[in-house]
Amino acid sequence: MGMTITEKILAAHSGQREVRPGMLINAKIDIALGNDITAPIAISEFRKAGGGKVFDPDRVVLVPDHFTPNKDIDAARQCAQIREFAREQKLRHYYEGGEIGIEHALLPEQGVVVPGDLVIGADSHTCTYGALGAFATGVGSTDLAAAMMTGQSWFKVPESIKVIFRGSLRRWVSGKDLILNLIGRIGVDGALYRALEFTGETVRALGMADRLTIANMVIEAGAKNGIFAPDEITMEYIRGRGEREIRIYRSDSDAAYCDEIEIDAGGIEPQVAFPHLPSNVRGISEVGEIRIDQVLIGSCTNGRIEDLRTAAGILKGRKAAHGLRLIIVPATPLIYRQAMEEGLLRTFLEANAVISPPSCGACLGGHLGVLAEGERAVSTTNRNFVGRMGHTGSEVYLAGPAVAAASAVTGRIAGPEELRRKE
Amino acid sequence: MKFKGRIWKFGDHVDTDAIIPARYLTTSDPQELAAHCMEDADPEFPKKVGKGDIIVAGVNFGCGSSREHAPIAIKAAGVSCVVARSFARIFYRNAFNMGLPIFESPELWDRVAEGQEIEIDGDAGTIRVEGDPSVLRIQPIPPFMQELLDDGGLMAHIKKRLKAKG
Repeated sequence: MGMTITEKILAAHSGQREVRPGMLINAKIDIALGNDITAPIAISEFRKAGGGKVFDPDRVVLVPDHFTPNKDIDAARQCAQIREFAREQKLRHYYEGGEIGIEHALLPEQGVVVPGDLVIGADSHTCTYGALGAFATGVGSTDLAAAMMTGQSWFKVPESIKVIFRGSLRRWVSGKDLILNLIGRIGVDGALYRALEFTGETVRALGMADRLTIANMVIEAGAKNGIFAPDEITMEYIRGRGEREIRIYRSDSDAAYCDEIEIDAGGIEPQVAFPHLPSNVRGISEVGEIRIDQVLIGSCTNGRIEDLRTAAGILKGRKAAHGLRLIIVPATPLIYRQAMEEGLLRTFLEANAVISPPSCGACLGGHLGVLAEGERAVSTTNRNFVGRMGHTGSEVYLAGPAVAAASAVTGRIAGPEELRRKE
Repeated sequence: MKFKGRIWKFGDHVDTDAIIPARYLTTSDPQELAAHCMEDADPEFPKKVGKGDIIVAGVNFGCGSSREHAPIAIKAAGVSCVVARSFARIFYRNAFNMGLPIFESPELWDRVAEGQEIEIDGDAGTIRVEGDPSVLRIQPIPPFMQELLDDGGLMAHIKKRLKAKG
């Protein structure tokens, strides 16, 4: 019997010809990642265990992106700890000040992660890199400490669920709507411990930005990883970025799946996840009248240049509703610069938006856009748990950049079609 | 491994933002984290919880972020172990890696009320509920996870392994 792409990558990294779901393996890590919240614990565990030197200074990546620019003295102290460690260990991929981008947008963009890699990150959205045809999964700080020491980590080989998207997408429907629709169908633990493998003609037509968005949110269905087989679109994206060897894996035609989910993507309208679970999904036509106080467009889920272009296309010549706070968070410095050169930043400023530096701050209720009690936000981020973006009495509605931009103009949750009808 | 204690009951999909909100993640000090443990699910919890208490929850406990601050906060709050119908995978991994015992029981949640006392025998794989003669079985801890717990967590396990290799 054949193997899935996930099984092949895990087999190759554990020196075995074949692995099967349920097997416990020790595998070599290509990239181990930490941020300003998770790395301090990992560094302290590493030191306590007498860690000496990291296994490879080119493969341990630290991005202090969560509370950047440092939100307070405690956050600054955590970043100082990371800086000291990065310098002492001579880490090649450590980012400071104006180099900092949101990790899961930054690593693919900079070619730090390439197809065929096995990546662990002490951040749950590490699963994003599955879009490149890599096995990537989130772990905790102790796992990161162990990987920094040994260059290895333990895994249970997951079963795979095959998700087949068929049909061509309607206007304004993006990767965000596909993944929200899937999470709405299977629930926030619908893929618990499993791999979600995405295929079908819809997926093959998707650009990398949409694939990255889909892989980013597989954790919201409980999945261990999400994965796309590399194709021409992947190779086009990778060209000129990565220096490391690329390894292409694809699932065998007789690979085994524990489940198959087929979705008519052509029937999907823009989606909105209501509070307080990402699975609480409705189509835009079923939303009703919901007034909002804030719109956030950005994050590791939807802060790429394609997302900003979509938002700017809708906001051009329009303004954010009076009294609504529109916050735009370009995910990396390169995206920021591109947005400037393409004139998107001017469009955002003319729409009365606040343009934030690249940071995770607002998405997790840290800083740069926290909600008060009773406030509602439409956000292109990935979680809408109680208190996620601020007070426990605030509400977060998750959507793609098109719905977010249109909602900013109307001051209530709305799709872009509605704007056109009005004019 | 035996645990006896009063239980605190939570529902399904208790996420890591509820266990320890991100606004407190500018520290990793266990005592500071414990002071806000489960705060966004029950603001009074940090005051009410006592040493040896047990958390009982529904499906997918610990979903969301990879923050190890979540099991750290629970352990430092004095909670001896967590029993849930199921756990989110990163939380599951983190708990074993840092030495917080957790057990899966599909049945317990329906059989207990908040404040009741339960007794868990991790070795025998049983749970007894105060005033209930029946014995519930818990899913056995997988051997590798047991090894991690026995060694005192992942780092201690790795140190032991590296030492054995010489």
